[in-house]
Amino acid sequence: MSLLLAVVAAVLFAAGTWLLLQRRLTRIVIGIGLLGHGANLLLVTSGGRAGRSPVLDGTVGDPAQYSDPLPQALALTAIVITFGVTAFLLALGYRSWQINRDDKVEDDIEDRLVSRRHRTDGPEGPIDDGDPDTTEFEVGEGQVS
Amino acid sequence: MNTSLLAVPVVAPILGAAIAVVVGVRRELQRAVTVTVLSVMVVVAAVVLARVDEHGHLVARAGGWTAPLGITLVVDRFAAIMLLVSTIVLLIVAVYAMGQAGEERERVSFHPLYLVLAAGVSTSFVTGDLFNLFVAFEMMLAASYVLITLGGRPDQVRAGMTYVVISLVASTLFITTLALLYAATGTVNMADLAIRLGEVDPALRHGFSVMLLIVFGIKAGLFPLFFWLPDSYPTAPGPVTAIFAGLLTKVGVYAIVRTQTLMFPPGRGGADWGDDLLLWVAGATMVVGVVGAIAQDDMKRILAFHIISQIGYMIMGLGLFTVAGVAAAVFYVIHHIVVKTALFLVAGLVDRRAGTSRLSSVGGLVRTAPVIAALFAVPALSLAGLPPFSGFLAKFSLTDAGLASSSHAIVAVGLGVGLFTLFSMTKIWTGVFWGDPDTAPERTPQTGDRFGGPLPMVLATLCLVGVSVAFSLWAGPIHELSQRAAIDLLDSTGYIEAVLGGGAP
Repeated sequence: MSLLLAVVAAVLFAAGTWLLLQRRLTRIVIGIGLLGHGANLLLVTSGGRAGRSPVLDGTVGDPAQYSDPLPQALALTAIVITFGVTAFLLALGYRSWQINRDDKVEDDIEDRLVSRRHRTDGPEGPIDDGDPDTTEFEVGEGQVS
Repeated sequence: MNTSLLAVPVVAPILGAAIAVVVGVRRELQRAVTVTVLSVMVVVAAVVLARVDEHGHLVARAGGWTAPLGITLVVDRFAAIMLLVSTIVLLIVAVYAMGQAGEERERVSFHPLYLVLAAGVSTSFVTGDLFNLFVAFEMMLAASYVLITLGGRPDQVRAGMTYVVISLVASTLFITTLALLYAATGTVNMADLAIRLGEVDPALRHGFSVMLLIVFGIKAGLFPLFFWLPDSYPTAPGPVTAIFAGLLTKVGVYAIVRTQTLMFPPGRGGADWGDDLLLWVAGATMVVGVVGAIAQDDMKRILAFHIISQIGYMIMGLGLFTVAGVAAAVFYVIHHIVVKTALFLVAGLVDRRAGTSRLSSVGGLVRTAPVIAALFAVPALSLAGLPPFSGFLAKFSLTDAGLASSSHAIVAVGLGVGLFTLFSMTKIWTGVFWGDPDTAPERTPQTGDRFGGPLPMVLATLCLVGVSVAFSLWAGPIHELSQRAAIDLLDSTGYIEAVLGGGAP
């Protein structure tokens, strides 16, 4: 595996992981895309050195000179799957924006209910999710469907 | 021997899904397709199990390519047992879904998705190729993403996001692991991997073992990778939650058992720390799951946390790495698929009958809906491990195996967790079936039905409870079968020879 490709894969993994830890689904989607690219790049490089002949090139006699086609086929399959699921995730983000005018990934409400239950003397205020971050989108009057 | 039979569990549900899309809005036709396909799969799975038990491994080579090159479908006893139990459960839950007003009736996509899910589950069991396993997982997960968010309600979207993102990360990790495995060994065929991994550096092999454990552990809900599970499962429509709870995590467990026994057997190059790792993970999974359940106030969420704690028992059986231990794990898996699905079906009935599954808003169902109470009691006592139900036999053989390999600590943890499981089931019983509701339910209770729910729903639940009772009635033969399956699993030479040797398709 060439060092350059290995470094590129590492950078993709690092950037993807950082984006994955964000609250907004749009960033998470990009993060997942980058992670997927990193993994696919790794898959392609696992087939050996870059720059060898494809299998259909009739001029090379020795099979060891050919590039291994299997990892490329595997990467293609993985790319198609990642594409489909990313599209679904975007649709989910859009649905979330339709409902809340926001695509923030929220905490589990039940978890917060449970954690509040053991201090029952406390005020019954609205559940605070501890994230003061506001939406990136314009929120107009009566827009919430 | 006609091995093309093995293609049926892979191809039939996909074809069925395509037909279900084509017939579209004609609900009766869609239902006929689903029931026919799943019934055929049950019959095929039963035939395959009978053959495999008699003759040993069944191997089919896709396109006639020999083993390390083409995709191999291979069924041993464990895979055949899982295939049979999961198709039976899929069929029963499909009938249950048809009895309920909800996603099955409102959405055209329910039946095609359900069949794709069935295809993913059964392909995971029959495949002998690690990349094909990834594709099967993706089939199953892609269908589950849509099924879990089928209503498009706010809570479903919220839970769905977490579920999809976590599953995608797991899938990416899976691809990464596959890439590294291929770079190290040059193959993705599991039998071939089993041989070639013996030649790589032991440290590298440990790394692969742990990476695969993490990938499948996310799907199975192992400690510390379980956080997404109790959040996302309960928001899905009732029958969908039941099938997720019963099958999806167990597919993860199946993959763990398959890869760890076949590719990373202990005693080869000093993998002994790996066994201890599995036992620690098993113990932590049991305790965390059961403790999480205690704090919950919702029947479905309590049950969802119990999935986690029960997964711990299965991994404990595997972690012992003895014939008795793995046999107990196999028995535990099939017992748990049936019992947990039955419990979630009952939760769906309660939800419909009382308008909510929140313990504080339900009460007195033992008077108003005694049939539901009876249907809950049997699988609940079985889950808690009370004799004479199947859960008792599963826990007993697990404890026996643990004591035989003098792993006293994990046995003690397992028995203690069993007590807490009983406590949780008692909590559901007193909350749902006794006493009076404290607060009003979110939706209007539907009280018209004579048996506590529409006949198909009640009958489907009854069937599943019947299957779990059958497990305890025929416990002897089933336990002997799982013992034979365990011998297969621990001695991987039979599997490797069946896949790579012979050559005749």
